[in-house]
Amino acid sequence: MDNIQEAITLQNVSFSANGTEILHQLNGGFPAGNISVLVGPSGAGKSTLFRLLNGMRSADKGEIYIHGKNIAQFDPTDLRRTVGIALQQAPMLQGTVWKNLSLPRKLQGKELTKEEAQKLLRIVNLDEQLLDRKAKELSGGQKQRLSIARTLVNQPPILLLDEITSSLDQVSAHEIEKLIIHLNQAYQTTIIWITHSLEQARKVGDYAYVMMNGKIVESGNIDLLTHPSSDSVKNFIKGDQS
Amino acid sequence: MSYFTLVLALVFVLIPLILSKSLKLGLEKDTIIATVRSIIQLLAVGYILKFVFASDSYFYIGLMIVLMIAAATQNARKKGTSIKGITMKLVITFIFVEILTQAILLGLHITPPTAQYIIPISGMMIGNSMVLGILFLNRFTAELQAHEEEVELILTLGGTPKQAIHTQLINSIKASTIPTIESQKTIGLVQLPGMMSGQIIAGADPVQAVFFQLLVLFLLLTAAVTTSVLLGFLSYPTLFNERMQFLNERIKTED
Repeated sequence: MDNIQEAITLQNVSFSANGTEILHQLNGGFPAGNISVLVGPSGAGKSTLFRLLNGMRSADKGEIYIHGKNIAQFDPTDLRRTVGIALQQAPMLQGTVWKNLSLPRKLQGKELTKEEAQKLLRIVNLDEQLLDRKAKELSGGQKQRLSIARTLVNQPPILLLDEITSSLDQVSAHEIEKLIIHLNQAYQTTIIWITHSLEQARKVGDYAYVMMNGKIVESGNIDLLTHPSSDSVKNFIKGDQS
Repeated sequence: MSYFTLVLALVFVLIPLILSKSLKLGLEKDTIIATVRSIIQLLAVGYILKFVFASDSYFYIGLMIVLMIAAATQNARKKGTSIKGITMKLVITFIFVEILTQAILLGLHITPPTAQYIIPISGMMIGNSMVLGILFLNRFTAELQAHEEEVELILTLGGTPKQAIHTQLINSIKASTIPTIESQKTIGLVQLPGMMSGQIIAGADPVQAVFFQLLVLFLLLTAAVTTSVLLGFLSYPTLFNERMQFLNERIKTED
């Protein structure tokens, strides 16, 4: 991946919480304009890495660069608008779909136009009629689409997806996969996707990163999930398939 | 009222003690402790006030107010251990409420600048401010625990700490001040307020007693809202660091 432009670069990134080291000297980069998948057992530190990339936590040691700029030099609100995140539980504020969708714009003291809202809903394949519905009444799949649409309001060049399909049925999960691939192709959005499904990872990913015990143990082309080189990754993949 | 009649009044302590004993309510120990403490504390305050009134010295008035603020802070700070520097924030809040109310009262010549007025009114203001502070801190911590996900959501979408915590802050301010406002709506219909009753029993003109009670009620409104708003706006920044990260582990360590 040496000649590929990196959207995110990690240099010796370590992070501890309550005296326990969660991330240990992470190095490497996530290529711009591609879909990278991040896999690994629970507790490997994947979600924690996302919190560092989105600026919700700061690394104890090491440096993180977003498009070549040190994360510490970003204004935190700008960083979070540059590196958007969608979470598994797709948290919603009390109120309507409209209230939730227009939130990121409101936080900047601006208003989302009706046309923009309709366009966003079309992108994520949600019915425009839903705008006046209570967000908490939506189905899991609809909430997840709304959560993605809401993140897209800020037009983030980098989008982090944390197990966004793990609580969805297969049909909904497949629809979300198509949506993310479309976003990547249409807008060249850099996607980093944490998934517990290796099948999904192979289907959507261009590049793969395997994390274990707070370290990136293997990274490279998506094929590494079919032909891993290290024993620990082989065992992990075998365990997932059994 | 003499010491003899005060001793006779202890009959009213005997009644709950007998009921508690016969019905095995287990309230005897607490009832006795409460009685003994109230006798000692109030008698001590009574004699101290007598001395302060007689001395007519602003130094002793100031000392009394300092002691009240110290006691109120000591009581309320236990509820706000999740907020960094809560002791100083409470002290600032109580001092502000005290200065604000006394400045208006004395500045507009509503009450004369004597110990007889300053000390009891300060006691009511600081006491009420303490209760409001405790109510606010309880509610604020509970709101943050229940809505941690929403606070983080707003931050991840590029919101500032103030935007992230706005709903929880406003809800907590409202929830802590509503009892004060609501209780004033029914005042006089069910029971006469304690201060007014005391004045009437002591022989004051009932209309004059009402005037003073109304003054106190209006002061309590100011104290209630000012305490919650000030404490809220002093507290929330300590829950975030300079990188606008929500320090939610502080909330989680609360019981």
